Amino acid sequence: MSVLIIAEHDNNILKSSTLNTISAALKLSDDIHLLILGSKIENLCKNTQSIHKVSKILKCDNEKLENFIPEIMAPIVSNIAKNYTHVLAPASTFGKNLLPRVSALLDVTQISDVIEILSENTFVRPIYAGNAISQVETNQNINLLTIRPTAFDKCEESGGSASIEDIEFLNTDTPTLFIGREVSKSDRPDLGNARVVISGGRGMENSDNFKLLYELADKLNAAVGASRAAVDSGYIGNEYQVGQTGKMVAPELYIAIGISGAIQHLAGMKDSKVIVAINKDTEAPIFNVADYGLSSDLFQAIPEIIKELDLLNKIES
Amino acid sequence: MKVLVAVKRVVDYKVQIRVKADQSGVETENVKMSVNPPDENAIEEAVKLKEQGLAQETLAVTIGDDKAQDVLRTSLAMGIDRSILVKSPNSLEPLAVAKTLSKIIEKENPDLVLLGKQAIDDDSNQTGQILSALLNWPQACFISDLKIEGNKLFLSREIDEGIEKLETNLPAVLTCDLRLNTPRFASLPNIMKAKKKPLDIIDISTLGIDTNPKIKVLKVEEPPKRKAGIMVNDVKELVEKLKYEAKVI
Ligand SMILES: Cc1cc2nc3c(=O)[nH]c(=O)nc-3n(C[C@H](O)[C@H](O)[C@H](O)COP(=O)(O)OP(=O)(O)OC[C@H]3O[C@@H](n4cnc5c(N)ncnc54)[C@H](O)[C@@H]3O)c2cc1C
Ligand SMILES: Nc1ncnc2c1ncn2[C@@H]1O[C@H](COP(=O)(O)O)[C@@H](O)[C@H]1O
Repeated sequence: MSVLIIAEHDNNILKSSTLNTISAALKLSDDIHLLILGSKIENLCKNTQSIHKVSKILKCDNEKLENFIPEIMAPIVSNIAKNYTHVLAPASTFGKNLLPRVSALLDVTQISDVIEILSENTFVRPIYAGNAISQVETNQNINLLTIRPTAFDKCEESGGSASIEDIEFLNTDTPTLFIGREVSKSDRPDLGNARVVISGGRGMENSDNFKLLYELADKLNAAVGASRAAVDSGYIGNEYQVGQTGKMVAPELYIAIGISGAIQHLAGMKDSKVIVAINKDTEAPIFNVADYGLSSDLFQAIPEIIKELDLLNKIES
Repeated sequence: MKVLVAVKRVVDYKVQIRVKADQSGVETENVKMSVNPPDENAIEEAVKLKEQGLAQETLAVTIGDDKAQDVLRTSLAMGIDRSILVKSPNSLEPLAVAKTLSKIIEKENPDLVLLGKQAIDDDSNQTGQILSALLNWPQACFISDLKIEGNKLFLSREIDEGIEKLETNLPAVLTCDLRLNTPRFASLPNIMKAKKKPLDIIDISTLGIDTNPKIKVLKVEEPPKRKAGIMVNDVKELVEKLKYEAKVI
């Protein structure tokens, strides 16, 4: 039995969420097929051939696939999916946008945001912002799953030698036009798979103060995140939001600064290995999940931490 | 233009939910219930389109039991014109919800369908996408900005990388993010007026669709608890703990 994975990529490189999804699929099978839909993806496919346990790459290369319009992708995916018992995609905005459409075309119920695969037909997923964990069973011919990337390690990227097979592009006419994408460029690690994440909340007060957070992040080679309140207030872009309706993160170290710890925020970060909270309100609920809590004014604490880290570095070098 | 909004009744977002002792699900008896938060944004957007003269009629639909009438009353109090409860004894999977909505859409012929991006109880994030595929209409999910000119829609949608801009045509299915707008509070006079607005009830069995679940919930459990942490006295202690105890920096 082979498992089909729908690859998330930007036409040049595979996103790491795809590697996490492959790991999840390895719980089901040792034979992975990767479906890559995109435009000018010759190089991308070649670079992907070596991924461990991927035996076949199904490549659909057409300029109309450049911007991942789900109306165009879904019929192609559902046509291929019919040959498989399990089809997986990352539970990113890419997978969430596409896979339910495929489920409609196949008339099956998709299982969203899987965090554990217990058997071929038993899966575990969080509900109610992770405040309950649901174990579900299904007897459908095709299992469509979106996989929460943080719940599975990345698979190995070497050792495989996949074949590449071209698949036919089926055209779907749609009035939808892609106009553009506003993507923030940053040299910091990606929020989804950074080892350290430092998030700021409403307590940061404005976007200018976030520079303080960036300075600290750079000392720790950390990604920056934010609460919904910080994004809503315009301190930072929506792509930084952590939580139920933002991104899920599970780094080794998560530092929440000026964040109260609403359940919707906790939903996105409480699986982090070590949690630090800095908040001037000793009653803030974030302290209930923190391994280390510091009750302090953040504007005093952050510069002090930077100083301490510099001191440590000096001692070590 | 006619706008249809899908609203779901869910446990209020401020409630700390409890898993039932028999692990069959989450306690919803005697718990505060509300309109699913992003569905309020969908309602707000529909009402705004009406106020701007772009929509002539707005309609809210919910699928649920008798109690789900309350989210329709809230929608009406916020300014929606009419509402329909599709009465279903069981809670449905997104696929069945979308099929039900598509039946209502066949009858009502709206030009624009607005949903929330995600129900905060099941966190499925599927219904709008499925509905769009069933209707074979364009889809735009997680939208945070919408402009309509004639038949054309100009949209911003929130994606993991930032913002994506799309253009498409009516009819279309859109799912709303919380940042699309700020939902209004229903004023007392409007709550009173809403009592007189139409609320029709349709039994789901009359729609002729298969709503049988395809997924069986084996059990629902509490998530593992984190062990209690400590408060540190100052930054120096914090950095030392992170370095030598947790060994994460
Ligand atoms: C459906 C739904 C989905 C949601 N999804 C998300 C989500 O994905 N992610 C998310 O984060 N939220 C989400 N929210 C919002 C969530 O409920 C909270 O409103 C939000 O997380 C609060 O953000 P905050 O902690 O930054 O702000 P606040 O709750 O206002 O907390 C600010 C904190 O900063 C502290 N502070 C202030 N000044 C200082 C200072 N100088 N020094 C130290 N501490 C200071 C205060 O003591 C306070 O605890 C969602 C809400 C809903 C309804
Ligand atoms: N029972 C329901 N009745 C009406 N609308 C619903 C129902 N369930 C889901 N929806 C709509 O579909 C959206 C997404 O839900 P979900 O796919 O379950 O996350 C919600 O925000 C609602 O707009």
